[in-house]
Amino acid sequence: MNTFEATRLVAAREIRVKLRDRTFLISTLIFFLIAAAATFLPPLLAGGPPTVAATEAAAGPLHAAGLQVRTVADDAAAEQAVRDGDVDAAVVAGPAVLAMKEAPGEVVSALSSEPPVRLLDPDAVDPTLAFIVPFAFAFVFFITSQTFGVQIAQSIIEEKQTRIVEILVAAVPVRALLAGKMLAGTLLALGQIGLVALVALAGVASGGDSGLLSLLAPAIGWFIPFFLLGFVLIAAMWAAAGALVNRLEDIGGVSMPVQLAVMLPFFAVIFLNDNAVGMRVLSYLPFSAPTAMPLRLFTGDAAGWEPFVSLALLLVASVGFLLAGARVYEGSLLRTNGRTSLRTAWRG
Amino acid sequence: MISVGGRTAADHRRPSVYAVTSVLRLDGVDRSFGDRQVLKEVSFEVVAGRMTGFVGGNGAGKTTTMRIILGVLAADAGEVTWQGAPLSREARRRFGYMPEERGLYPKMSVREQVTYLGRLHGLTAEGARRATDALLERVGLGERGDDLLETLSLGNQQRAQIAAALVHEPEVLVLDEPFSGLDPLAVDTVVAVLRERAAAGAPVLFSSHQLDVVERLCDDLVIIADGTIRAAGSREELRAAYTTPRFELVVETDAGWLRDQPGVSLVDLDGARAVFDLAPGADEQPVLRAALERGPVRAFRPVSPSLAEIFREVTQ
Repeated sequence: MNTFEATRLVAAREIRVKLRDRTFLISTLIFFLIAAAATFLPPLLAGGPPTVAATEAAAGPLHAAGLQVRTVADDAAAEQAVRDGDVDAAVVAGPAVLAMKEAPGEVVSALSSEPPVRLLDPDAVDPTLAFIVPFAFAFVFFITSQTFGVQIAQSIIEEKQTRIVEILVAAVPVRALLAGKMLAGTLLALGQIGLVALVALAGVASGGDSGLLSLLAPAIGWFIPFFLLGFVLIAAMWAAAGALVNRLEDIGGVSMPVQLAVMLPFFAVIFLNDNAVGMRVLSYLPFSAPTAMPLRLFTGDAAGWEPFVSLALLLVASVGFLLAGARVYEGSLLRTNGRTSLRTAWRG
Repeated sequence: MISVGGRTAADHRRPSVYAVTSVLRLDGVDRSFGDRQVLKEVSFEVVAGRMTGFVGGNGAGKTTTMRIILGVLAADAGEVTWQGAPLSREARRRFGYMPEERGLYPKMSVREQVTYLGRLHGLTAEGARRATDALLERVGLGERGDDLLETLSLGNQQRAQIAAALVHEPEVLVLDEPFSGLDPLAVDTVVAVLRERAAAGAPVLFSSHQLDVVERLCDDLVIIADGTIRAAGSREELRAAYTTPRFELVVETDAGWLRDQPGVSLVDLDGARAVFDLAPGADEQPVLRAALERGPVRAFRPVSPSLAEIFREVTQ
């Protein structure tokens, strides 16, 4: 049996245990429901096209515009229908549009001839979306790397706390143990966000807005490699933090720097998301690149070569942290007397 | 170090079916933690088919030695060999190890984790499953196999731990305090299982501070104190080496006259019963004759020192 096979066995156990863990299943379900609610509900709540009351004579152009037309006998009946709340608007002789409080834009434009419009930047993003999408990316990365990072640390501490680690280390290389845990965490995290992304995309598609979909697709496509490398970066830190302590209760003390490394970039991306210089810097820093770069790609601010450079930087950082994390892990795994200092762990 | 029964003696007592090289050997192993040297030139052998007891006080270096054998710790100097070759990870994978501080996954079923450990030790999925079923039955956990470990009593968790160490039919067994915390029934089960392994040709090294248990079980003995091996050899050889010729005599009346007998130094006198040592070179038969001249002799026999006595003597 080689290291690869040992890694596979370790990862398989981690995944099996996790898939039976009630907390994990519930959190996945909640994620799932949030994504479904955020994407399926708005089109449903927005309702259909407005209803209009009109006489037979006036109904023609309204039908043509796809409005729901209710044919009434005369203008008085049309007005009454509006007053009763049976319809959103009415078209009476003139032609004039009747409504209760707000001018019904769709009815008005159905009756008027508009000048042709030529968009010079057709891909420019709706400002609401420009806020929601980056927030969603940052949020997914934040929550996922945090949740699964903590789980990797917990699983390491469990093995230290129960001392089963001594049996494991006697049987398989230490690196296989760490690699198995990282692999399992990454697969579970990817699986979870993959499911959530699928639901979200299905929701968007069901709303019939294919424009938004084609706009989101490249951003999501870039988000995946950034997410993967960013996750490895954070997970390596969690693994090192977990290996330094012996009891689950002690994890708070060592996890502070890791928490900050996740939290600070998250808030930086949220608050600086309309600051071009700030975002450019954030999109190259390894800790914020996983959210900042896909975001700049989404808003169209980044040149074609930029994600590659940022991804390369992130790759170097991730490999570096992974090696450092592995060293700390190996150096502290068998120290079962209290908390190990980083320096001691590093020296092995 | 006092070495009793060197290689020649070891070769002599080794069952002939095993290769001459079926020996786990430590050779000049040193280990320090910081400035504190915990093992100094530790050398001994664990022979195939024999149960070797490893005794020493707390902090003497037993656990460190066992961790070095398993590769969990590295030696600063010296070497551990099995069948004549330095230990590789591949070889160690066929070792069975029970660490001093016990633990398995609390939230996994017994069957599942024993199978998992079997697979990590190189068994196939099917092989691990079969070995686990058979072993759980053997250690008396057949009914509890699907229960989570944390729901088991401490004694049953210990049995699960034994199963975890044995699932891959190890070539060599290293057990750190395997009997601590076991109820008498579980001790018997574990002893029986270990003897089976030894009989099947595995060297079995087990540490214990319960000297009476070691005395009952071991074929060979290694005594460690302050990181140095103080004595090593078969139980009989050690007994012989550490016996000052000592005898017990029971007569009908007072045995106080022994005080004046040449070559005799009294250890214990209680009316008609006396325990005495003989000076080197002195013969016990004249003492017996002297006793018979004074009246009936009810008992006269050599006294072997207990392991505890040997232990005290070599570790002083």
